[in-house]
Amino acid sequence: MKHRWWIVALLGGAITASGEVPDGDAILTAVDRNIGSDTKVSTARMVIEGRRGSRTVAFKSWIRGMEESSTEYLEPPRERGVKMLKLGDQLWAYYPSTDRTIKISGHMLRQSVMGSDLSYEDLMEDPLLSGLYEPVIESEEVVLDRLCWVLHLTAKRDDLAYDSRTMWVDKERFVILREHRFAKSGKLLKTTDVTEVVEIDGRWVGKTVEFKDALKSGSGTRFIIDTIDFDVEIPEFVFTKAILRK
Amino acid sequence: MLLRFALKNLTGAGLRTALNVVVLSLVFIAIVTTQGLLEGMNRQASRAMIDAEYGGGQYWSPDFDPYDPLSYSQAQAPLPPKLAEMVERGSAIEELIVQGTVYPVGRVFPVLIRGIDLGQDVLDLPAHTLGDSGAEIPALIGERMARSTGLAKGDSVTLQWRDRNGTFDARDVSIDEVMKTTVQSIDKGQIWVPIEVLRDLTGRHGEATLVVVRQGATAAPEVEDWSFKTVDFLLTDIRNLIMSKTLGSMIVYVILLFLAMLAVFDTQILSIFHRRKEIGTLMAMGLTRRQVTLLFTLEGTLIGVFAAILAFLCGGPALWWLSRVGWRLPETTDSYGFAIGDVLYPYYGPWLVTLTAAILLFVTAGVSYLPARRILRYRATEALRGKML
Repeated sequence: MKHRWWIVALLGGAITASGEVPDGDAILTAVDRNIGSDTKVSTARMVIEGRRGSRTVAFKSWIRGMEESSTEYLEPPRERGVKMLKLGDQLWAYYPSTDRTIKISGHMLRQSVMGSDLSYEDLMEDPLLSGLYEPVIESEEVVLDRLCWVLHLTAKRDDLAYDSRTMWVDKERFVILREHRFAKSGKLLKTTDVTEVVEIDGRWVGKTVEFKDALKSGSGTRFIIDTIDFDVEIPEFVFTKAILRK
Repeated sequence: MLLRFALKNLTGAGLRTALNVVVLSLVFIAIVTTQGLLEGMNRQASRAMIDAEYGGGQYWSPDFDPYDPLSYSQAQAPLPPKLAEMVERGSAIEELIVQGTVYPVGRVFPVLIRGIDLGQDVLDLPAHTLGDSGAEIPALIGERMARSTGLAKGDSVTLQWRDRNGTFDARDVSIDEVMKTTVQSIDKGQIWVPIEVLRDLTGRHGEATLVVVRQGATAAPEVEDWSFKTVDFLLTDIRNLIMSKTLGSMIVYVILLFLAMLAVFDTQILSIFHRRKEIGTLMAMGLTRRQVTLLFTLEGTLIGVFAAILAFLCGGPALWWLSRVGWRLPETTDSYGFAIGDVLYPYYGPWLVTLTAAILLFVTAGVSYLPARRILRYRATEALRGKML
């Protein structure tokens, strides 16, 4: 796993060096390889723009694979100590003020996380795309001064959250710089725009991402990654319900 | 003879008797009015909920629990043959319920999308108005929902949901009608669409969440996995609520009764004190102590009888008028969750009036007897001299 970035570089190099229009699947694979890692530990901030100004929520996340993640909120003081645990398709939240753990499912998954444009469902969504979507390269466009492939993805299975997506993938770095997610009807539901990209351990990571619920008014939510470490060892108990009250 | 004596004594007491009668009759009217309002609330809310939502009972799909929002995502199942047959016969209608979100003017409102048959006449719900506009997805909402979302008839709004596989879908729906209903559970946070449209949109063909049986129709005996909920069961909440309100009101009734009985008790004590010589005379004339005690008890009890008659004569027409015209409720009442609308019509059942009168008379008789017991210990000679024991 430590040499994954070499694979991304080689794969990317192979795609770009050929000079031909590459296979969409190969691009998606390169994107997944760039994002994917066995484990990740990150600290990030969510700047939520609201009617009465903006507020910032800071948190630390431990992620293992695509199924398990644990998050602890650090700021603001009112949310400090709130923890969330995702195991597979289940999500629990712990609120220290009431010392209670609640399972979040059903309609509650559609509620926004801390008033942001991200719902719990968005947090739980599996980000690996290759194999799940049929990609078609539509065009090339410049986003953030980078030349990008514009890929239109159509779901191969009928149990995916989004039926189709359009994404702008950096032709060299294989990082998604912009993404539109669509409903089955074709209506635009969510947009994400990366405004800053950094290289960490040979991976290109969207440091600042703006999420927007396209059906909702407002300025959206800015997601800023402050630190991120890939493939670090995470104790087993972090992904158990015991972590919530710890 | 004792009754005649008692009546004469009471009329002779004049203002004292009148005051007691008036106070007791006011208590009687207050109790009947309050209980009538509560009973009216119970009947009105129950009737409205039966007409608009419960019908003659409901069959719930295996995983449906209206008190558990987490169950809604799995609360759809294929209709069993027995229920399908009932629906076919017109003895029941099916409802499909799916969670969704509406986005009026960019705001987010979680809703329940409820699919209903357009031609249904089982529930008092204007489902027939759906489709009047010819819109692809016509929708019906209630006034409360319209108020909270700012939607009006003819508006178009984006509705988002997940299909049976969990894939997001969103389309614009047209608000074909805004209905006025007293039943909040079919209004607040609910959006009604044609059931076949909802089935197409969610890929849930032939599925339903619940089946509402027509009032008076016979429910199928056993339906596999689907549980039948009787109207009594469905109305348990509202009845428990009324019961708790009744128990709360009981405290007020007891205080009112206590005050009225205090007046009767004092009157009896005073009466016995002032009429010591009369008691002695009656005993000297041959009345036993028990008869004299009975006379005084009868006088007190008659106050209760007069109070009931006065309440019936004065309060009766007023209460009858109130039951016809109703009591216009303040707007805030709507937020309490009762399906009673703007006007509450009290209901004074024969049981309510009879029971209240009986309790009043029984308590008055008891309170009248307590001071009169002392007479049992009187000696005629002492009483004639105006001496008390």
